[in-house]
Amino acid sequence: MDPVILPLIQKLHTIDVYEANGGYKAFKKALSMTPEVVTDEVKKSNLRGRGGACFPTGLKWTFMPKKTDKPKYLCVNGDESEPGTFKDRQIFEFNPHLLLEGTLIACYAMGITTAFIYIRGEYGKWIRMMQKALDDARARGYVGKNILGSGFGTEVIIHKGAGAYICGEESALMNSLEGERGYPRIKPPFPAQYGLWGCPTTINNVETLSNVPCIINNGWEWYSKIGAPKHPGPILVGVSGHVNHPGVFEMPTGVPMLEIIHKYAGGVPGNKAIKAVIPGGSSTPILRGDQLDGISMDADSMKAAGSAVGTAGLIVMDEDTDLVAVLARIAKFYHHESCGQCTPCREGTGWLEKVLNRFVRGEGRSEDIDLMMDVANNIEGNTICALGDAAAWPIQSMIRRFRDEFEKRVPTSVKEEAA
Amino acid sequence: MLSSESLQRIENFKKSYPHPQAVVLPVLWIAQEQYGYISQDTMKEVATLLNLPFGHILGVVTFYTMYQTKPIGRNHIEVCTNVSCMIRGSQKIVRHLEGKLGIKMGETSSDGAWTLSEVECMGACGGAPMCAVGEEYYENLTPEGVDRMIEDFAKRRVGA
Repeated sequence: MDPVILPLIQKLHTIDVYEANGGYKAFKKALSMTPEVVTDEVKKSNLRGRGGACFPTGLKWTFMPKKTDKPKYLCVNGDESEPGTFKDRQIFEFNPHLLLEGTLIACYAMGITTAFIYIRGEYGKWIRMMQKALDDARARGYVGKNILGSGFGTEVIIHKGAGAYICGEESALMNSLEGERGYPRIKPPFPAQYGLWGCPTTINNVETLSNVPCIINNGWEWYSKIGAPKHPGPILVGVSGHVNHPGVFEMPTGVPMLEIIHKYAGGVPGNKAIKAVIPGGSSTPILRGDQLDGISMDADSMKAAGSAVGTAGLIVMDEDTDLVAVLARIAKFYHHESCGQCTPCREGTGWLEKVLNRFVRGEGRSEDIDLMMDVANNIEGNTICALGDAAAWPIQSMIRRFRDEFEKRVPTSVKEEAA
Repeated sequence: MLSSESLQRIENFKKSYPHPQAVVLPVLWIAQEQYGYISQDTMKEVATLLNLPFGHILGVVTFYTMYQTKPIGRNHIEVCTNVSCMIRGSQKIVRHLEGKLGIKMGETSSDGAWTLSEVECMGACGGAPMCAVGEEYYENLTPEGVDRMIEDFAKRRVGA
């Protein structure tokens, strides 16, 4: 299948080249359809969110109230900060108009008059690229009032984050946009009822919206036949760690993990064995290298394997990797990024980091392994947002699948004392 | 005091957002660009300007890692040490930078040229190990690559 999100076309980021290659055709087509039909196309296509949760996008759109006296908002989530994830940046750089076109179609489908594209502050260079694309799109009449004489109008605003992983959580993103600290909100109420400034709001990931134009152009049937039937479409898979050719690859969903690692990413340097793979960003449960056969990059396959697609950011680790050190680093990340609202997450992530550092220093105790499991189990499900779960899953999966790595690190003297 | 240019940019932001408080993050960015960092006095200035409590601005500034509350070096090197970078040798890069610049992580060189920070994932895992200097990303770093990067910045300074 030829790439549709990141096609190999020189200077596609410029509006002239984008238009010359069929750009904004989908938006024009959408404007000739009713908003309900546009939403229905996306719903039937079975496009599922690419931000991590794989939630059906069309269904999410239908949650927006049709009749309301309040303004409606769209937040485009470009806070991409999950370790191992670097796909949205490719869209900002190589195909910014595709994202804008998807954003505009989403606004039309939901009757939204203001969209915010929230981009992490570290992406300063890419924020400027998006701003340039937006300015050009506005100059051609695709953004603003009465777009192309259709009577429909929408504003698009690019908003720069300031360094906080938690702002990728949809309700924290909204608080951040409102000029607050990025504290997640208790749900319900859900954003479609009570979002930005209490108004109906939908939050979609950058890659998700970039899938919308090809659905409108080619129809839902075409899209739903790409890749895995229950989780179809093209997907951007980022591969990093111990591979010969790390990078972002566009492929249909459902490609076997081993094919991604060996064919797309060129295999493991020195032909070493794969010890472990984090399949979809640091929060997704880790997989053993010897269990990868038969697992593919789609929601069902990943779920069956005891993990998740997440952001489809694979981190490959070869046989020489110190997994205890890897887990300690992940724990440090979640401790640093916990917003501090909920006690289990604020305190638990700190204790996990401390205990793991004890193992790294070679001072771990046998009982610490179960202690970490206990702490993780008490964080999971007991917090306002999913950061707590994201901190717990790597701990639980690592201990379940690599317990021996931790047992090996308990010094003999400590073991004797315990006995 | 915020310059007339900064104030004009703030006015423009106010016009584009549907709610006045939404401009807090953009205003803090503008203030940081002008002053280099955000002091308590700046926070008070922003609070007055936006008619918000000082405590709100303090809370926001200290929540986000990219707002600097102390002066930093002219060139801010941020090294990612998260998993993808770690397993491809970010510690070697950290040690090399510390040796080369004569400062530890979190410190600023005595001539005010460099600040070195350890940061979380910057979304360049495919180019690990990486660092950023200001908004510029440097990927697939090696000790030699780090040397070249530092020399480039030293030259730019002479040219400027």
